[in-house]
Amino acid sequence: MGLENFLIISAILFSIGFYGALSNRNAITVLMSIEIMFNAVNLTAVALSRYVVPEALAKAGPNAGADAAQFLLTGQVFAIFIITVAAAEIALGLAIVIAVYRTRQSVFVTDATQMRN
Amino acid sequence: MIGQGTEASLLVDIVFWVLAVSAIVSAFAVVQIRDLFRAALFLIMTLLSIAGLFILLRAEFLAAVQVLIYVGAISVLIIFAILMTGDVEEGSPSHSMKIPVAILSTLFGALAIFVSVSTDWNLLETAIAAGQVSGDAVTGVYSNTIPVIASMLIRDFVLAFEVASVLLLAAVIGALALIREG
Repeated sequence: MGLENFLIISAILFSIGFYGALSNRNAITVLMSIEIMFNAVNLTAVALSRYVVPEALAKAGPNAGADAAQFLLTGQVFAIFIITVAAAEIALGLAIVIAVYRTRQSVFVTDATQMRN
Repeated sequence: MIGQGTEASLLVDIVFWVLAVSAIVSAFAVVQIRDLFRAALFLIMTLLSIAGLFILLRAEFLAAVQVLIYVGAISVLIIFAILMTGDVEEGSPSHSMKIPVAILSTLFGALAIFVSVSTDWNLLETAIAAGQVSGDAVTGVYSNTIPVIASMLIRDFVLAFEVASVLLLAAVIGALALIREG
């Protein structure tokens, strides 16, 4: 178990999400695949902040205080913001899916053609 | 792992591989299974496995947030949307671009794996062993992460923190406006 293992798992998860988002016609499956991609990115951010020396800590040297050491958790703070944005995205995405379903009686992304032409 | 004895490493490795395999297999099931409801259940499995991986990365707060927001809120929202839009048995057919997309995503994954393996990372463990970074500061931060995350949110990332609250408000109002009848 090391940094590379986590990064490889994140890469595989991101590819699976990418494949699912582009190959499915159902809008809800597309949204679920996007959630998998968000999670892969979160895993990368946390793994990098766990295993890699942050720039501020490297500059501060061996006698670093708490001010420099806190940057060890930058990846976790980033992940919190990504989760916030993902929550907003899924709420709006599902609202759009339901709004399209009301007018078209379909959740397929290929049927939402109102804005074509 | 930093701050842990080596005697636990075999058990930690087993847990890691179980979580990793379950995350990847469930994620693959999400994109392949035609039944939407089962796909949503496999999505919950993926999210729980990733929460376990967060615990292995010493991000306990993030694991709790993951379970509360993803497993608790987002999954319920997705299942509600599946039930409201009907056609559960019709499922999720794929379209004609399936094979090019599969090749593209495989290439992307291979590229990402190549970059992450071949990059020369400045690892924390080697920096501590070389005396460039004090191990006490690292164990101090990881012994209690929540106050550190809180102070970073309020001090270093305060602008992003405030913007996130505005974003959530905008999302709530936007979702209500979209869903409203008429």
